[in-house]
Amino acid sequence: MTSLATAEGHFTATNGYLLVLAVMLPVCAVLAMLALGPRHTARVALGTLAVGLAVAVTIAVELFRSGTGLVYAIGGWSPPLGLTLRADGLSAVMLVMTAVVITAAGLFARAQHGLDPAMRDGRAPTTFWILLMAIWSALNVVFLGEDLFNLYVALELLTFAAVPLVCLDGRAETVAAALRYLMFALLGSLLYLLGTALLYGRFGTLDLQMLSGMQASGPVVSVALALMIVGLLAKAALFPLHLWLPPAHAGAPAAASAVLSALVIKAPVFLILRLVLDVAPPEAARLAGQCLAILGGASILFCSVMALTQARLKLMIAYSTVAQIGYLFIVFPLAAGTEDLPVWGTIAWTGGALQLVSHALAKASMFLAAGVIAEALGHDRIAELGGFGRVLPMSAAAFGLAGLSLMGIPPSGGFVAKCLLLTAAVVNGHPWLAATILIGGLLAAGYVFRVVDRALATPAAPLHLRKAIPRRLEIVALALAIAAVLLGFVPLQPFGFLQIGRAAHVTVVAP
Amino acid sequence: MTAALTPTTLFGLGGAALVGIGLFMVITHPSLLRRVVGFNLIGAGIFLVFGVIARRGAAAGFAGDPVPQALVITGIVVAFSATALAVALLRRLFDLTGRRDFDSEAPSASQSRGEP
Amino acid sequence: MTLLFDLALVAWLIALAGHIAMTREDRNAIVAFIAFGLLLGLAWVRLSALDVALTEVAIGGGVTGVLLLSAEAHLRKPLAQDSAQDRPHDGRRRLGNVGTIAAALASAAVTAGLALAVLALPTPAPTLAPVAAAALDTTGLGNPVTAVLLAYRALDTLLEKVVLLLALVGVWSLAPDRTWGGAPSLAPAVAPEPLVYLARVLPPIGVVIAVYMFWVGADAPGGTFQAGTVLAAMWLIVMLAGLRQPPDTAHRVLRLLLVGGPALFLAVGFLGFFIADGFLSYPEPIAKPLILGIEAALTLSIAATLAMLVAGPAQKAPEP
Repeated sequence: MTSLATAEGHFTATNGYLLVLAVMLPVCAVLAMLALGPRHTARVALGTLAVGLAVAVTIAVELFRSGTGLVYAIGGWSPPLGLTLRADGLSAVMLVMTAVVITAAGLFARAQHGLDPAMRDGRAPTTFWILLMAIWSALNVVFLGEDLFNLYVALELLTFAAVPLVCLDGRAETVAAALRYLMFALLGSLLYLLGTALLYGRFGTLDLQMLSGMQASGPVVSVALALMIVGLLAKAALFPLHLWLPPAHAGAPAAASAVLSALVIKAPVFLILRLVLDVAPPEAARLAGQCLAILGGASILFCSVMALTQARLKLMIAYSTVAQIGYLFIVFPLAAGTEDLPVWGTIAWTGGALQLVSHALAKASMFLAAGVIAEALGHDRIAELGGFGRVLPMSAAAFGLAGLSLMGIPPSGGFVAKCLLLTAAVVNGHPWLAATILIGGLLAAGYVFRVVDRALATPAAPLHLRKAIPRRLEIVALALAIAAVLLGFVPLQPFGFLQIGRAAHVTVVAP
Repeated sequence: MTAALTPTTLFGLGGAALVGIGLFMVITHPSLLRRVVGFNLIGAGIFLVFGVIARRGAAAGFAGDPVPQALVITGIVVAFSATALAVALLRRLFDLTGRRDFDSEAPSASQSRGEP
Repeated sequence: MTLLFDLALVAWLIALAGHIAMTREDRNAIVAFIAFGLLLGLAWVRLSALDVALTEVAIGGGVTGVLLLSAEAHLRKPLAQDSAQDRPHDGRRRLGNVGTIAAALASAAVTAGLALAVLALPTPAPTLAPVAAAALDTTGLGNPVTAVLLAYRALDTLLEKVVLLLALVGVWSLAPDRTWGGAPSLAPAVAPEPLVYLARVLPPIGVVIAVYMFWVGADAPGGTFQAGTVLAAMWLIVMLAGLRQPPDTAHRVLRLLLVGGPALFLAVGFLGFFIADGFLSYPEPIAKPLILGIEAALTLSIAATLAMLVAGPAQKAPEP
């Protein structure tokens, strides 16, 4: 299991097949589910979760062991004619994060579907599993894909899997939310596709590695990148294009909300990162980074305030998602690299990656905890949740622990992330961004404590649970929250794993 | 050297116009169905731009670069899938509420109640 | 002379698009859109992309048109309790004047930027045509577009088939719980006589055309997607005329038909690990028969998927 080094230092990995498995296993599951019918759907899904998680972890271990990226040229065709899959340190982190959150959401959904055995093979559960697998495949393509059009197909797969999740319950509000989501997402995809066309017309290749080596600049590149980034922003729901997100994420079933908020919106963010860092010429990258940081800061402030004013728990969590995504965009000016220090060696880069992962874990945990609360009490109106901590202690604990990451107080992954970003902002002389990070933390504390306060309150009348909540339903949320806390124990320095496969341009030869 | 106005680039300019018209429809038109048509116009415009790029890449005895042509075929399929999903959603929304647009943002309580 | 023709064609396309945007009734807009699709096919012929022209006419004009028209008819059904909703769209904008002007400016800016970029494309244009031509021999195919779709960029095509299936799963998920797994309903109460006549006469011809398109697709314009669309159209006509009822969406045979093409594609892809150079590669001596086999299965799956996408979610309770 070693990489075959060639004279030019190019390599192809003998275990590149792992990347194919990561992308194609969930597709196999989708096809099997459609062919076998509702009675076998959950079983196929649970089997795939186990294998898929193992594949993701194996890829990360392989990268860590070898210290180089993994590349696989599909069908033996190398770019520009063919497509490649490629894992570097950041994408390996994404793969593992995705596998963990998808598995957690799957286990939660399994337990929740078990509460209503009559409906277990019905429309909503069966559809949920198929869509969950499709989302997994699409996300893995986004994190591994190197070809801009291949990434377009993956983004569309992601959209078509995510939108029906929003309206699985079939209520009119959620159908309207799903339709609005679809419109924003489609507009985003089309703008992205337009940019893809122009880049092909300019360079005759869509491979990110090749584009990165071409030192692209000129009017075509500027127009293309502007279109693509704006399109991806609509999908990532950055302020002011966030309007579709709160109703969509709040309307979906809890397990689906967790996946949508924790993972699905990270896909466009990841692609923006790749476009700005790998394709954009330095001047344009600096300008784009500044614009993105301004929008990110506005997202943090505006949507944190919106979260504070929400009456419903799930809407509050959804607004918090837009705010937390904002942090990922203020990374751009903070992670400006220099000759000696590449972008991925800066503390802001590590901080951004940590923020991405800890938000995924914490937000998934919160949505699942909110799902338990809604399942148990029949509503999620914050004002009427008084004393829920007594009847659902594990969910209340999960919510509180996950809240640490959002507020950025120790011990939590969110604390380390925000600490690194704050340090970078101060060191690089961005006082406004530093202030935004601090105010965002205070606002997050406001909306998290509102709920924690309700959890600890003494209810006027004893709360009645609508139904018994099995422990395994609550444990999933708590496990995710604990994982988010544990992330807080990584050392406060640039994280070497993120630099794997980044340091040099890797060219591919056919396997 | 850059592309001057040739018969081929003419189609590219047409594509640019279609994208603009479609975009305007998608943002402003009150009818949801018309917005779906607008998405298809944007798609048609983008595909024309691809077509111009393909035609300009004629070489090796082919009348056009086959790669962008193939991308357009894939893109048309994906666009159709999107249209089908959007149409199904707006039919469902209509069945549940009688709404054909996003105008009536707060439908009365009797309308907003969905399937039990 | 040809420049004049192209100029007229582009002007006509833009004028039709403007009409689609401005006309009052949705129905007029959709009819104009179908005409637009046919005209666009002509534009693709002018751009020497016959594969795309066939696809555009079949999908853009044809199947999308049927989908939109049936949706428009559905949305015109009056809702008894809610006559206020029954107004035509009288140009009343949701955004108000300022919003409309902003939207117009944004759209114009995108058009201007795009036009600028198109004019700034480099000459000589970068192209992969030579590379694609050089590699064509190893696939045994004569049509480079088919080679791109099924060999060089096979992963795109495979994922695109999954996209189609997922759209269908999404459409089906919009059925009410009690009818989920049942049959969609397509035919109006009374099918018009000419349609019934067409539905009896056309399908044999359509099937022959589809088989021809599929067969020549390996070496000449045409191929799996175009053939699948023609087959789907034939099935739709038969269902619309009421000669055959749509099947239950949970029907085992339908499910296998839908999944068969992508599953075979995937299976051959994995087989490549053992008999060729890895995932989705074909051993050179049998590349062409393998690709044709995949295409045949894909054609049937595409036909079934497209027809069911147009048919929509289940509306009748499933048969026990």
